Amino acid sequence: MNSFLILEWVIKGFVWVLVLIGGFAYLTLYERKALARIQSRIGPNRAGPWGILQPIADALKLIFKEELTPAKADKLLFLLAPVITVVPAVVITAVVPWGPNLTILGHTLTLYIADINVGVLYIMSVASIAVYGIVLSGWSSNNKYATLGGMRSSAQMISYEISLGLSFVSAILLAGSMRMIDIVQAQKTIWFGVLQPVGMGIFLIATLAEVNRAPFDMPEAEQELTAGYHTEYSGMKFALLFMAEYVKMISICAIAATLFLGGYQGPFVDRYPLLGLVYIFIKIVVLLFGMIWVRATLPRIRYDRLMEFGWKVLLPLSLAVIFITATGIILAQQVAPALLWIIPVASLLVAGFAVAMIDRSLRRKDYARR
Amino acid sequence: MRVVEPIVELARGLWTTLHMMVEKPVTVQYPEVKKPVKPRFRGRHALKRYDNGLEKCIGCSLCAAACPADAIFVESSENTDEKRYSPGERYASTYEINMLRCIFCGFCEDACPTEAIVLEDNYELTFTDRRQAIYPKAMLIDPVPEGGQPTPQKTEPGVFTRSVPEMKDPQD
Repeated sequence: MNSFLILEWVIKGFVWVLVLIGGFAYLTLYERKALARIQSRIGPNRAGPWGILQPIADALKLIFKEELTPAKADKLLFLLAPVITVVPAVVITAVVPWGPNLTILGHTLTLYIADINVGVLYIMSVASIAVYGIVLSGWSSNNKYATLGGMRSSAQMISYEISLGLSFVSAILLAGSMRMIDIVQAQKTIWFGVLQPVGMGIFLIATLAEVNRAPFDMPEAEQELTAGYHTEYSGMKFALLFMAEYVKMISICAIAATLFLGGYQGPFVDRYPLLGLVYIFIKIVVLLFGMIWVRATLPRIRYDRLMEFGWKVLLPLSLAVIFITATGIILAQQVAPALLWIIPVASLLVAGFAVAMIDRSLRRKDYARR
Repeated sequence: MRVVEPIVELARGLWTTLHMMVEKPVTVQYPEVKKPVKPRFRGRHALKRYDNGLEKCIGCSLCAAACPADAIFVESSENTDEKRYSPGERYASTYEINMLRCIFCGFCEDACPTEAIVLEDNYELTFTDRRQAIYPKAMLIDPVPEGGQPTPQKTEPGVFTRSVPEMKDPQD
């Protein structure tokens, strides 16, 4: 390992952090614009042409705002909690490959920051750390609403993390590896999202709960908890919590694109490697639009139903999906490769059964209507 | 077993929001585009004049009495034929409306016997301190109409003896 290689890593990491923070700034604008269009509005259009300077204006406002610390708050943890929330959100994407290797001036440049052979486990573990920051910010605020928000957040994240982890497993089984690069390579012919649509669905639903987005934004439910864990935060500390949420959105969309939508794979990537960056960017933008779209459409789900959905529907469904995936792979290897198509068919059937069961349980409690 | 219906319902909800994206936004770009107000809109007050330039306000203070927010202050003085501001005996030498107190109810308009005070279209009232919120007579009164003369006017004796003019029923 020479010093040039270390320098390259430092530069790549720095550039990537800058990209994520810039992406966060413009994701807020993207979300506000998309939500506005869905609600027949225009959205921010005053700061610069089409409002493109709006994130800068917001950042300046938040930096110059007064920072309040509650009198009986745990000062150290109150200060540290936003940092603890931001760091996992930023480092989680270190293992995601952004494109195939580039060759510049005879030097091979890899478009990922770290190549860990258990990359998926790395993502799982870092994603779990993120909840510490939220619980600590809720607890250190010395505010009952904030504490409740933090508690809800931890309960919700632990519940949905299991389904999230199990939905990773189907991608791992299909690729036969935990390295993110291998997973992307394995999707050269067919995306795992096509082979295992239910696994992708579980992943997307669980990630919505994981990043506390609507309709699973119970930890920050305005009506019940004022603003949840960031009630007492203001100024730049609030901006950090906000940033963590949006950076997590980008990260989770990048991971979903890598695991299920072929990552940087697409037509002509072999000939022009830089196209890989374009493809993964498009995939992330489309997935982010999906998150915004769901937020604009669905109302917040009740807390007991959220828990029931996580434990009684998603968890058994993801176990069934793993079983079907494993069976399909064995059948394809032992009997005939065409039997791989058992996986999507059988898992869609199981998902349909799950939908019917949810519908039944929701209807059975409704005595008044009949 | 209902499998398709719940999914269709979910998809229909998502389609509704997606469909709204292609709809024309209802936003009015306010400072650049101003929507005309309704005919009976109650905006900033104006004190009216007759065609010959005399002020309609006769300083009777009925508007101040009618005002539920006590926003109007009127002080009246005597008209003379040498220095005539309005028909009849008296005119409003001071007329002030406190725009921080005014609730734009339009009772002053109703109370006025000469239709001197009218709530007009202007809703863009701005001031930066409490003193500026008190609008004096100079700000409220309309400019002298074409062919009229500014007040005070020098008039013939015995012409403007009637404070309240002959009036028709209100139209609007």
